Amino acid sequence: MWQTLREELKDKGFELVTVGLDTLGVEGCKAFIDAANPQHPSLIDQHHAMADLFGVVNIPSSIWIDEDGMIVRPAEAAPAPPKPGLEGAGGSNMQVPSDIPDRLKQMMTEAAKIPKPGSQTAYHEALRDWVEKGADSEFVMSPEKAIERSRPRDETTALGHAHFELATELEMRGNHDLAIKHFQKAHELVPDSWTFRRQAWSLEKMGDGPLARFWQGPNPENPEAWPYEGDWLEDIKREGAENYSEGFTP
Amino acid sequence: MLLSTLEISKAEFEAGTGWQLKPEGACKGDVCIPIPNADGDTVDVSAAAKAMNLPLAEEPEAQLWAMGPESIGGRALMTAKAPELSLPDVDGKMFNLSSLKGKKVLVYAWAPY
Repeated sequence: MWQTLREELKDKGFELVTVGLDTLGVEGCKAFIDAANPQHPSLIDQHHAMADLFGVVNIPSSIWIDEDGMIVRPAEAAPAPPKPGLEGAGGSNMQVPSDIPDRLKQMMTEAAKIPKPGSQTAYHEALRDWVEKGADSEFVMSPEKAIERSRPRDETTALGHAHFELATELEMRGNHDLAIKHFQKAHELVPDSWTFRRQAWSLEKMGDGPLARFWQGPNPENPEAWPYEGDWLEDIKREGAENYSEGFTP
Repeated sequence: MLLSTLEISKAEFEAGTGWQLKPEGACKGDVCIPIPNADGDTVDVSAAAKAMNLPLAEEPEAQLWAMGPESIGGRALMTAKAPELSLPDVDGKMFNLSSLKGKKVLVYAWAPY
């Protein structure tokens, strides 16, 4: 419930900007944005400029920028504030329905293992502290520290970003096969980006239902047709759900 | 940044890369890198990319190139000065992050998949 937090802080010189990372653009994001009815700038990022500019490799993640346009916290995991009345309700309390395909059941089981840190509230308390105290907040980083805390990037990963941009552009032009080729290259060169992977997997839709983009893996009836090395379930099992999201480090 | 030709205007280069072109070269933050013909009207993208160590990926079948971000310093951020972020909203209206100067801003990345 970011909007509730935004509402609380907006009169203290704070603004929230949400950015939906999706090559499908309005088509992919609109239903979610309409449902949220945002009062803040709500943007759509088809090429994942957030990855190039800020080093975003997973969602949800956030960046703090101060009044002078300085980054005081680089991209880091940013849990959504708890819904009012649901404090403490984490993924692990979720009931997995029994009448869904086995793959989705397994995915939900893995997703429930992703830590919903006790530090979840710590992140939002830190945000309140910054909005209140500004540069005196203990959570503000020096420029040197903000740079050092941003994601590692070398020539190889930078090239991976270029291939990802080719892929998103080719996908937008309707050239799905060529897009796959460059998504594959991006995955190979930037193996730690979940967003680069999930974006590509989500474009291999499974049926037309509301879960079509969440399947993110081979069709059991034709697994050979899956174009990617990994898939959501395989990768999260390999990397460990507990490592999916980094906790909050002040 | 996406390119359909490797000879582009100075303005396109600046908007696409976030680097400013000055007589001494391409500049961002405290860093200036000499590039060939830096004070010309157009930029030879291959030469600039080589000089600045920016990656250039190509898709010959679509006559399309993408120039990736810099990796100077080995980090996603080479300066803590926030880059300009220009993106459309759901109605296609462009928004510039720099328009929020004077406020504290939290930029939140999410995805519908």
